[in-house]
Amino acid sequence: MDPDTTTLEQLADDVVALITERGAAKAGGATVEANVRASRSRHGLTRFANSFIHQHVGEDTATVAFTVAVDGRTASSSTTRVDVASLRESIDATIASAVEQPVDPHWPGATPPTGVAPRGAFDPATAEGDPARRAGGVRDFVDAGAGLTAAGYLDTEASWEAFASTAGHRAADASTRATIDGIHQTARSAGSGHATSTRLGDLDAAAVGARAADLARRSEDFVDVEPEAFEVVLAPEAVATMLTFLAVYGFNAKAHLDGASFAELGRTQFDPAVTILDDPTDPRAVGLGFDAEGSPRRGVTLVEDGVTRALAHDRRTAGRTGATTTGGAIPGGEAFGAVPLSLRMPGGSTSPADLVAGVERGLLVTTFNYVRVLEPKRQLTTGLTRNGTFLIEHGEIGQAVGNLRFTESFVDALGPGRVLGIGEDDRLADGEFGPGMVTCPSLRLARFAFTGGASG
Amino acid sequence: MFEHASKAVEAALAAGASYADARVVIRRGERLSAQNGELEGVGNELDAGVGVRALVGSSWGFAASSDLGDDAAAVRAGAEATATAKASALVAGRGLELSDVAVVEDAYETPHRENPFDVGLEEKVAVVVDATATMAAVDGIAVATAQLMFWDTEKWFVSSQGHRIHQHLVESGCGMDATAVGEHETQRRSYPQSFGHVETGGYEVIRRFDLPRHAARVAEEAVALLDAPACPSGELDLILESSQLALQIHESVGHAIELDRILGWEAAFAGTSFLELGQLGTLRYGSELMNITADATIPGALATFGYDDEGTPAQRVDIVRDGTWVGVLSGRDSAHLAGLPPGGMVRADGFNRMPMVRMTNVGLEPGDSSLEEIVAETKHGVLMATNRSWSIDDKRLNFQFGCEIGWEVRDGKRVRLVRNPTYTGITPTFWSRLDMLAGRDEWHPWGVPNCGKGQPMQVGHTGHPASPARFRGVRIGVTG
Repeated sequence: MDPDTTTLEQLADDVVALITERGAAKAGGATVEANVRASRSRHGLTRFANSFIHQHVGEDTATVAFTVAVDGRTASSSTTRVDVASLRESIDATIASAVEQPVDPHWPGATPPTGVAPRGAFDPATAEGDPARRAGGVRDFVDAGAGLTAAGYLDTEASWEAFASTAGHRAADASTRATIDGIHQTARSAGSGHATSTRLGDLDAAAVGARAADLARRSEDFVDVEPEAFEVVLAPEAVATMLTFLAVYGFNAKAHLDGASFAELGRTQFDPAVTILDDPTDPRAVGLGFDAEGSPRRGVTLVEDGVTRALAHDRRTAGRTGATTTGGAIPGGEAFGAVPLSLRMPGGSTSPADLVAGVERGLLVTTFNYVRVLEPKRQLTTGLTRNGTFLIEHGEIGQAVGNLRFTESFVDALGPGRVLGIGEDDRLADGEFGPGMVTCPSLRLARFAFTGGASG
Repeated sequence: MFEHASKAVEAALAAGASYADARVVIRRGERLSAQNGELEGVGNELDAGVGVRALVGSSWGFAASSDLGDDAAAVRAGAEATATAKASALVAGRGLELSDVAVVEDAYETPHRENPFDVGLEEKVAVVVDATATMAAVDGIAVATAQLMFWDTEKWFVSSQGHRIHQHLVESGCGMDATAVGEHETQRRSYPQSFGHVETGGYEVIRRFDLPRHAARVAEEAVALLDAPACPSGELDLILESSQLALQIHESVGHAIELDRILGWEAAFAGTSFLELGQLGTLRYGSELMNITADATIPGALATFGYDDEGTPAQRVDIVRDGTWVGVLSGRDSAHLAGLPPGGMVRADGFNRMPMVRMTNVGLEPGDSSLEEIVAETKHGVLMATNRSWSIDDKRLNFQFGCEIGWEVRDGKRVRLVRNPTYTGITPTFWSRLDMLAGRDEWHPWGVPNCGKGQPMQVGHTGHPASPARFRGVRIGVTG
């Protein structure tokens, strides 16, 4: 497996030519524009439960997705049938659909030529996706928790994509990702571990399994505590969930235009210790060098020293606000808006142990689970702790506690005066929207409102 | 397409699988969305390919290809499915076996009157544009959106045991919402329910729900909520309208009774269940009024089909009878392991996803009361409608829901509108407090088109018939 995208580049060019030809035939005299993505995804997934592999999956899918504008009237299609006859049929249907519609007032035009540097985050061995190699990683994870019950997955994904527009823009890139994510369980408790990289060879499945096993064993004799507002130390997965929700619903320029975002540009909304970036330049970042509109993914400082500075844009919201696209367009995201795809909160200089050492009484939270927004403008959310929650007393990790429900504003939780420490342990962590999107450290926060426990 | 699927199955068997099946799936989707009187997008999607499942020892291998051009890709996928399953031997468990089901050659088609893909785009565009224009014209509304969504799915299923089943499923849905933005918060109202409502059927579903006719009311309620008092807090009686009760069933019953969760197969991500198989037939799930069935044969309901993705016929299964837990959602492998009959509840999200246990139409059988009677007999409580947020733990015990709108009820009357209504509880305790249930006239087969489960995440379409109900002494008004 190599990162060569020549075939896809040719396919994207062919589709652009076909749209031009069919547009002339079906909508003669009209101006026909198009953005085209030709992609291939190769995904291998090894799932395990009850300490053995129960589902083992390989998938290889080619997709062509395109948006057609006929005199500014737009329609989009995607199809996995990429032979010429099927594409011609799909293109004709899409042009016919576009012609029947009112003018799309926010269509920014076909993407013009823009320099795109491939990120080149591609590892041939990861793309190969050898199932036996994945199974070996699972064995290492399972063996790290002798006597415990393991569940989770190890997957490898390779993506090749070429973009072409009728305006003459071209871009192509390939990327890989590998993730191990799992839990070890006792009869009463569970602990989790996670690692993601652009290279399968970077994953230390045994170490991830050992961390999960340690958390599970230390949680075995948990007790329930009454919910209240606690000082907390949040491990990277819990922080990643917070950042993901802030990004998807808050730093999204479409949400901002709709009045549904908390973000107020230029205002100090966070603690001065908080800086949040959309940073595809980070060498750990996963993904292609361009977005669903073919725009280069740019580095953006969303929050700088507590001050909200910028939003994630696609070409639609950029056109409406006079901004420049940040390269945050997602497939089918015309209505949803742009998302920072490589969120990063820079790590600090404090070890996770020292974060805990500063807490007189509080909670250590490993992960959040099933988080949902109660009120988007304040980012008031609810969810639960999972896979290892511990009391911190006098600077020491102590008694494990049962899972707790929180009801907290993620903006307030990171607000001025609330961030008491930033860990040095920043890494790719899994929020609730899938692996490879967030790089962040542990955090010590002054207050987090827990509103329910085992008894409701 | 049967031949294509057969080639894949033959290749999987030749490579050493003890059992194999294959689905050729061609799924067409269309989605229209509008905002504030402007069309926002028309999207078409065509997913087509073959997915092959091969059983070797304790592991399923699955391979999928979008290449339907000739038989060679199907043969490759079949062989790859078996090779992948064999690689699992490095971390093997106890061998899987399948429960017996009748081997059939059959066909099924969703009953529908108007093929939604034959309805002109102009008419569809008018529905979402007009509805959002009406909502946006209401003073105080910042964002009004509407969507129509349609799926047309053809599946050809072949198994190594001799199944040959063709199905043609048609699904149609619609939804709209209006958001009023205040200084510190937003208020939203939706219709027919949040996330949109989908049924099996044709364009007649869209006509029946008539979005433009309800647009002004929906928008006015969103604006009124901005100035409404906050929902009261405390242990009060809770009255749920049927779409919120449908989601309550989905989260606190539907997922809990999935046999793959109970067996630990989804422990890492989706979670497990508070239910243990040894409690089947004895565990008290709720009050005597609680009768839950999983019924994939209800006309028009979203999870109604002819056969599941293992070739097991659609059926009605008792889940909770008079408050006692008596049934599960299962597939052929999980049912065999548990010693239970297979329920026909295994489905996949497209050709390239591995089939897994999914809810069918998991619903609460109706009672003999009515919403108005329930309100009239409530001394102090809150009537809540339309889901706004949902969260539940990995064992499906500890939940918290938020609704779009509430009305405080005192002495048998709705006395005032309240905003940000929420409630929280523990599953069996909550269901034990069910004491009034409206009848069949108010029983509606709500469809949930966005149920996430599995890795990678699969989006399932599930149905949840329900009528309004009352629960006594529920913790209401959690604010953090």
